[in-house]
Amino acid sequence: MIGMIGMMGVVLASAASAVGDVLTSEAMYQSAMRFAIVLGFAAVGEWIAERAGTLNISIEAMMIGGAYSSAVAWGAFDNVPIALAIGVVAGVVVSLVQAHLSHQLSIDQFVVGLTLNLFVLGLALFLDSRWEAVTSVVKPTKVPLLHDIPLVGEALFGQPWPMYLIVPIVPLAWWLVFRTRWGLEIRSVGDNPQSADVSGIHVNRRRREAIMVAGACAGLGGGVLVLGQISIAGYEAGHVGLKGIIAIAAVIFGGWTLRGTLIGCVLFGYFFALQQTLPVLGYRINAQLAASLPYIVALLVTAVFATRTRQPRALAQPFVRGLT
Amino acid sequence: MSSNGTGSPKMMRGAKLVALYVLAIAIALALSALLIAVTGGPWRKVFTALIDGSVRKPGRWGDTLAESAPLLIVALGAIISTRAGLVNIGQEGQLAVGAATATYVATQSSGPFVLVLALLGGVVGGAVWAGIAALLKYWRKVPEVISTLLLVFIASQGTGYLLTRTFLLLDDDPNKPNRVQTSAQLDADTRIGFIRIFGNAFPWSVVLAVVLAVVVSVLLSRSTWGFRLTVLGRNPRTAQRIGVPVVLAGASALMLSGAFAGLAGATMLAAGTANYRYTPGFANNVGWEGLLVALVARNRPLACIPVALVFGALRTGSGFLAATGVERSIVDVVRSLLVLALLVPPAIVAIQRRRVSPPPAPVSTDEPVVAVAR
Repeated sequence: MIGMIGMMGVVLASAASAVGDVLTSEAMYQSAMRFAIVLGFAAVGEWIAERAGTLNISIEAMMIGGAYSSAVAWGAFDNVPIALAIGVVAGVVVSLVQAHLSHQLSIDQFVVGLTLNLFVLGLALFLDSRWEAVTSVVKPTKVPLLHDIPLVGEALFGQPWPMYLIVPIVPLAWWLVFRTRWGLEIRSVGDNPQSADVSGIHVNRRRREAIMVAGACAGLGGGVLVLGQISIAGYEAGHVGLKGIIAIAAVIFGGWTLRGTLIGCVLFGYFFALQQTLPVLGYRINAQLAASLPYIVALLVTAVFATRTRQPRALAQPFVRGLT
Repeated sequence: MSSNGTGSPKMMRGAKLVALYVLAIAIALALSALLIAVTGGPWRKVFTALIDGSVRKPGRWGDTLAESAPLLIVALGAIISTRAGLVNIGQEGQLAVGAATATYVATQSSGPFVLVLALLGGVVGGAVWAGIAALLKYWRKVPEVISTLLLVFIASQGTGYLLTRTFLLLDDDPNKPNRVQTSAQLDADTRIGFIRIFGNAFPWSVVLAVVLAVVVSVLLSRSTWGFRLTVLGRNPRTAQRIGVPVVLAGASALMLSGAFAGLAGATMLAAGTANYRYTPGFANNVGWEGLLVALVARNRPLACIPVALVFGALRTGSGFLAATGVERSIVDVVRSLLVLALLVPPAIVAIQRRRVSPPPAPVSTDEPVVAVAR
């Protein structure tokens, strides 16, 4: 599995002609890491929701909500922790709508997700025309000594501090899903809701809770996106730009394992970074191709990996007692 | 459906459903008004402008009809794939590819049937774009939800690329009006004709869309093909047992829904959206909104007609918002709030019905099917 991924990475990298320059570019590592981390927040949340059986496409809406709210809160309070907290709240609010419509009223989860994506995008666009969210960027925190490591030092130890929130979140998610009663129930609800129901687990409540966790993670990811990215000041419509969907692709790529999901985030982060970095390195690359590269790669990668892995058996299947 | 024969519980449910719908719409509109008011806009004027722009001012309802036609065509395609149990949410991309293909056909070919060829080009373009998702689904088990969505983004970038090369779509006329990258303009004889009534004008594609709605409605409810799709959507295993070719039926349904989106794009092009040219951002959310039309109409083709009219009215109405000083994007909010609100009443009624009458015993999918097969 790891070998496969490694090979895949090598093949994809050699597709770009500028491998040497890219691999020795410090900016490339830094940019790829940043994209990977932002994707990572959403992907970890999505991973939990999918383990509980929801293919949660409104992760995109949750990210947009988090990004816009964080940007506005930054402008209002000029305080990063508060801004991030408000981003989390916005993500959770979106997830509440998704969770209750799809897992209480039993409306099709894709229908709800799609509508929410369009709704939140439109709402952010409209509100942005009234209350324009102007932010500046959090200064990078440089870990002494370590950030002087050549090539990867800046990428790993010289990021704005909100980026480092991914460090506690990943083990926390793992512990939650694999070492708690709640996590066991989440996984059982995603694999066999009928059995879970018979053994006294409230299937739809667990699924709703998993979606809310996803909302919190994605909202935080959106906040980190606007506050942590260099060279982007303020929230812009289309800023999130289907990164939520890429996060879903990362979960598929990772075969519904946490480790694989994170590797997927790094892979897609690399291709997002390529689009930004190649022109800086002096390579001319077709703009449209560069912009769609992460999406094409996501499509190819899911095509390769979707069949080989075991997805939660009840993924995307609604649970209504007595009907299924 | 109802086990206890009498009509009154059913009528009660119907009345309750209507009441809930009215309540839901009222809440959605009230929330929209509140949002406008909170952001300091005149909400009364906004609603007046929407009505003025869509029907009240002279010549506007013709425009509304013209805007509604592609929405309706997209929605019909969405219904076909949903009927087969597939979630195609990539109409926006399929529409763009269809329109780009139609532009290529229309600008490169000549003869008496260019318009027909262009529309066919749209159909093929949309079908091929959806076909990629179908291929990935049945060959590699990629969820079509994800692939169609990713293909939307790839389509917008890809058709954008076509507009950067003169041998593809870019207009090579040196006297172009401006420097925006657009395709060449369609010739006058490759455009869709307009019907003029009472000072309103709308293209023939409106009639085409309504005819398609009737055809799709009849085929889905009365033909073997429609029955097979329905079975496939309800229970793929049963479908396989009664001899439905699952892959073929599913893939063709997905491609057909893409073909409808592509056709919608081609009619938009030939009916003068964006001045008979293919431009960047040509699809302009018609794909998404057409999909929402199908959702609100709860996948009934004929119910799509009035819903498409309402959504078309929101599109034309938004053109009159500039005078009120409120951003056009408020219309996106109003529309998706309406959609969210309209999803809820049927769900509530369904849940209450389940509570009142116990659900049917779980039906084993094996035995009755064997009986049918014999």
